[in-house]
Amino acid sequence: MTTTENGTTKQQAEQVPVAVRPRALAWRRRRASVARFWRQYRTHRAGLFGLGALLLFALLALTAPLLVGSDVDNVTDAPGGPLEEPSAEFPFGTDRFGRNLLGLVIWGARVSLLVGLLAAVLSVAIGTLIGVTAGHFKGWYATVMMRITDWFLVMPTLVLAIALATVMPRSLLTIIVAIGVTTWPTTARLVRAQTLAVETRPYIERARALGGGHWHIMSRHVLPNVMPLVLAQTTLIISAAILAEATLAFLGLSDPSVVSWGALLQDAREAGAVSSGHWWYLVPPGVAIAVVALAFTLCGRAVEQVLNPRLGVSR
Amino acid sequence: MTADAASAPVEKQGAAGPVTDGPAAPRGPRARTTTAYLRYVAGKLAGAAVSLLAVLVTSFFLFRLIPGDPVKFMTGGRQVSAEQLAHYREQFGLDLPLWQQFTDYCGKALTGDLGTSYQFNAPVIDKIMEALPNTLLLTGTAFVLYTLLGIFLGTRSAWRHGRLGDRLNTGLALTLYSVPSFWLGLLLIVTLSVGVGPLPGLFPTGGMESGGEEGFAYVLDVAHHLILPVVTLVAVEYGQTLLVTRSALLDEMGSDYLTTARAKGLRDDLVRRRHAVPNALLPTVTLIFINLGRTVAGVILVETVFSWPGLGGLFYQALSVPDLPLVQGLFFVFAAAVIVMNTLADLIYPLLDPRVGR
Repeated sequence: MTTTENGTTKQQAEQVPVAVRPRALAWRRRRASVARFWRQYRTHRAGLFGLGALLLFALLALTAPLLVGSDVDNVTDAPGGPLEEPSAEFPFGTDRFGRNLLGLVIWGARVSLLVGLLAAVLSVAIGTLIGVTAGHFKGWYATVMMRITDWFLVMPTLVLAIALATVMPRSLLTIIVAIGVTTWPTTARLVRAQTLAVETRPYIERARALGGGHWHIMSRHVLPNVMPLVLAQTTLIISAAILAEATLAFLGLSDPSVVSWGALLQDAREAGAVSSGHWWYLVPPGVAIAVVALAFTLCGRAVEQVLNPRLGVSR
Repeated sequence: MTADAASAPVEKQGAAGPVTDGPAAPRGPRARTTTAYLRYVAGKLAGAAVSLLAVLVTSFFLFRLIPGDPVKFMTGGRQVSAEQLAHYREQFGLDLPLWQQFTDYCGKALTGDLGTSYQFNAPVIDKIMEALPNTLLLTGTAFVLYTLLGIFLGTRSAWRHGRLGDRLNTGLALTLYSVPSFWLGLLLIVTLSVGVGPLPGLFPTGGMESGGEEGFAYVLDVAHHLILPVVTLVAVEYGQTLLVTRSALLDEMGSDYLTTARAKGLRDDLVRRRHAVPNALLPTVTLIFINLGRTVAGVILVETVFSWPGLGGLFYQALSVPDLPLVQGLFFVFAAAVIVMNTLADLIYPLLDPRVGR
């Protein structure tokens, strides 16, 4: 297109800036579709609320070292007496070691969000890998993979995660792996169905006719089409993963030295906060879990509805 | 399509000629659909059997991954002589090679023997059978209540979708769905059992009975203990049923047959109850069964928090030791509950919806 030999191409060259390389064009399209997505997402009030809550919590988690200091979980040098009621100095009261509960809840956001995110990324990565390959390669590979998926699908997720966390050493990595390994099958099924739909389109045949290999077709043609679905799925799974992390920590299956919302609740129960009526010890961590899980669910539902207009009415 | 074409002559023959395959065999198209259904049932049952076998294999190998010597856990750090350790190993069959342990385990599991609990020194199957009725009482009650509540509110919500009532309903359902069940349980205990400020303690803090009661008083006592755990389970579980019922009904609401029903002058209420809801409930049926299996497994936390003497509470006790044979046995029971319920859902669905599985 750089050489202009006749009138028509000259005209085109004037309308379209000369140096439109395919990559630039692709980026422009991507920007346009992101803008379109945002315009529609903006109309979902619940989704916006979820996004706002998430940004707030993410900000708290990132700035926690500045806000509360990194020695907030120090047991030996606690600022207050054990189990103090909420006061001006300690707005949420203190825990059983006399630590500032507000600080601990803010600090706990780091672990809860991190574990939720990483577990969801692991889960969705496994699900996408298996879903795309099982949809692309047919035959025995797909059959075996879908059998494995079905088998994981019938296992009670929480029980399997608890069992895995019991047999592995107590650490955050264990929790992440236990959640990630047990929650991927739904993603795999969704992604496989979408892959099968995409692979019937003519442009895949064209790519194959032009000599595109398996890797090229899967990574350049199938994956970009599956990504929106994967994005919505990730948001929904983070919510489940945060709840699962809290549950496992509450059962005492996490690293005992790490402060997370579930671990705070376990502390509270062990300290007898339930039978002695110390409700302020219990409320903040639970509210934090519920708000963040709800926020991710609301975002996920909004993303799902924007990307899949068929769901439109059920919002 | 091809199956229909192939069986068409058979159908004609069956309708015209005498019945050949047994005195009670139904005639015509029903005979065809019955055999197709039986084939479908056989397929599903075989699938369930394979799944159960896979769970058995997993439950064996998963808990052999545990680092360290199970005998050390059993003796709980006490000083024991080498002979005693060897004796324990022999007693629990831990001195045999792994494959032999596995075949023993499978063989015994088929006869209902799931091994001996380290912690209680009693057969695992006895501990499970002891706790099972309590779990069934708790989950059964909660299941009936949250299913009815979910369907009722979901129908209301969909029928008046977009209004304030619908938005509040879905909002509350989503919020409660995001709440950890154990936390809700703890809060209920603090506010309603222990009592906060002027509130007196209205309910027992845990367990299933106060002891010493008999006859009708005993039933009332158990019911009194049952209220808070059931409320917790219903609160965290009804949301999903609500959302599925709601979206299923919304899908039906644009249908022509509803317009027809309205056009012939039926009241709005009748259109909803006689026409829309029965059709919309079809997808919900599958969910209901899957939920029943999941509730049995998901009850672990609620039972732990309320010290309910059921399978979940037992699982928590076994985990904290860890008492491997008991954990292993309970894992199998939980997974089996889900598989059995999923299979039931698969079997019942085609009977309700003739478009599926034939």
